[in-house]
Amino acid sequence: MADLQSQDYIRRSATNLTPPSVRHHELEVAKLIDVSRCIGCKACQSACMEWNNLRPEMEEFHGAYENPHDLNPGTWTLMRFAEYEDEQGNLEWLIRKDGCMHCEDPGCLKACPAPGAIVQYANGIVDFISENCIGCGYCVKGCPFNIPRISAQDHKSYKCTLCSDRVGVGLEPACVKTCPTGAIMFGSKDDMKDWAGERIAELKERGFQNAGLYDPPEVGGTHVMYVLHHADKPSLYSGLPDKPHISALVGAWKGFLKPLALAGLAFAAVSTFVHSIVSGPNETTEEDEEAARREMSGPEMSGRGNSEGKGKS
Amino acid sequence: MSYPKGTLVRNSTATRLNHWITGICFVLLTLSGLAMFHPVFFWLSNLFGSGQWMRAVHPWLGVTLMVSFIGLFVQFWRDNLWNRDDTAWAKKLDRVMANDEEHVPPVGRFNAGQKVVFWGMALIIPVLFVTGILIWEVYFGAATSIETQRVAVLIHSMGAIGAILIWITHVYAAIWVKGSMRAMLHGWVTPGWAHRHHRKWFRGLVASGSPGPTPTSTAKFREH
Repeated sequence: MADLQSQDYIRRSATNLTPPSVRHHELEVAKLIDVSRCIGCKACQSACMEWNNLRPEMEEFHGAYENPHDLNPGTWTLMRFAEYEDEQGNLEWLIRKDGCMHCEDPGCLKACPAPGAIVQYANGIVDFISENCIGCGYCVKGCPFNIPRISAQDHKSYKCTLCSDRVGVGLEPACVKTCPTGAIMFGSKDDMKDWAGERIAELKERGFQNAGLYDPPEVGGTHVMYVLHHADKPSLYSGLPDKPHISALVGAWKGFLKPLALAGLAFAAVSTFVHSIVSGPNETTEEDEEAARREMSGPEMSGRGNSEGKGKS
Repeated sequence: MSYPKGTLVRNSTATRLNHWITGICFVLLTLSGLAMFHPVFFWLSNLFGSGQWMRAVHPWLGVTLMVSFIGLFVQFWRDNLWNRDDTAWAKKLDRVMANDEEHVPPVGRFNAGQKVVFWGMALIIPVLFVTGILIWEVYFGAATSIETQRVAVLIHSMGAIGAILIWITHVYAAIWVKGSMRAMLHGWVTPGWAHRHHRKWFRGLVASGSPGPTPTSTAKFREH
């Protein structure tokens, strides 16, 4: 895939120069997950594993509907189940399909030190190019959503690709294809926003006053969006961040520190060179040797015998 | 190892081996660390076989350096304690820089500059070790929270830059002050070198009759 779509890159990890972007007409895509329509059947999870040929290890039962209990290198999308009691005492089962949000400003890509290991295509999809991945785990630190997982087998980082291989040839992602209730939609980002708007209006009519779209502006918006009945409290949905943002620590590490460090090292190196030119070497002279000899042969030196530096160790 | 007649022992064979194990680890850590820090240095990863190899070997080099540096610390810490001579020496830093050592107060085995290098490294290396463990993905990736790792990786980067700046000073001083490189490679210096740069150390050896590196080294060296 990396070769097929290399001209579509608009961002490339650890790359200072702007990548080529001849295909500037590319339409931005988005996946819309309508949480209010989801029945928690996990068909999307199965379809993801089937299309991407993933067979994660069987796990133990952890006392919850999540299966496996967390995302892992072989589970790129996971149904998360939360039980929520609203103000009226009604129990709500909030089921959210978790996975990469494909941020417009991806923290993983910002943190990645390996050139081209993480790329963003002009259509908005953020993809991991495994052959360039070095397994450092910086993407994990950069991600505001806790998504990437490092494989213990090949030490490479994995997450949802938004089926970039399918999208590249005009197909929708596997999870979208398989969803039996139409809770997962795929199309241009504008279309998905329009569709979400209609759906949110419906939900509000049905009494969900705080229904809304989850497309967090703190990360420049995302190419995976949710329709939430409680958009005022995203964290109800198994800890979906209320205000996801790239950590300020990551910002400092990948922001001011890089040029500052480079300038500091260059300054130090140049300074030593300049000093060498201005002052020259500091050499021991014959006068120094003579002065040393005088002190060594002084009266206090009597009886030193053969100790004159005839050392062995 | 035997030393040329009429010279003084600046660093024992064990010290030199210990120093160069530390030094080689430091250089390799700098090359791999810079490659993971800034894209303009990523090509340095080729020196390690590949990015994956570099990522795998960097922490082990760090562990080796930590152990090796403890060896140096044990050997050097006492002679690196700050005293009045160092303050007097530091006040004449401009004379030191101008190679005008006639007007610089005499110092012992190490001067104030060397002591700053020593204590700087003694402070930063343990910090790099601990923060490095926290971001060692293969073994400790799941041991701490991601937020902890974010703090650790930032401190690790800043500490490493500090250590590299100290290292540049250290290496340049060794090139600048002729005879220093030989003192760490082959172990010996001429009496004139000692008299010029570390007069109190020189006089201590003369008074004790020791060939160095410390006034108490005498017996050990005479036996061989």
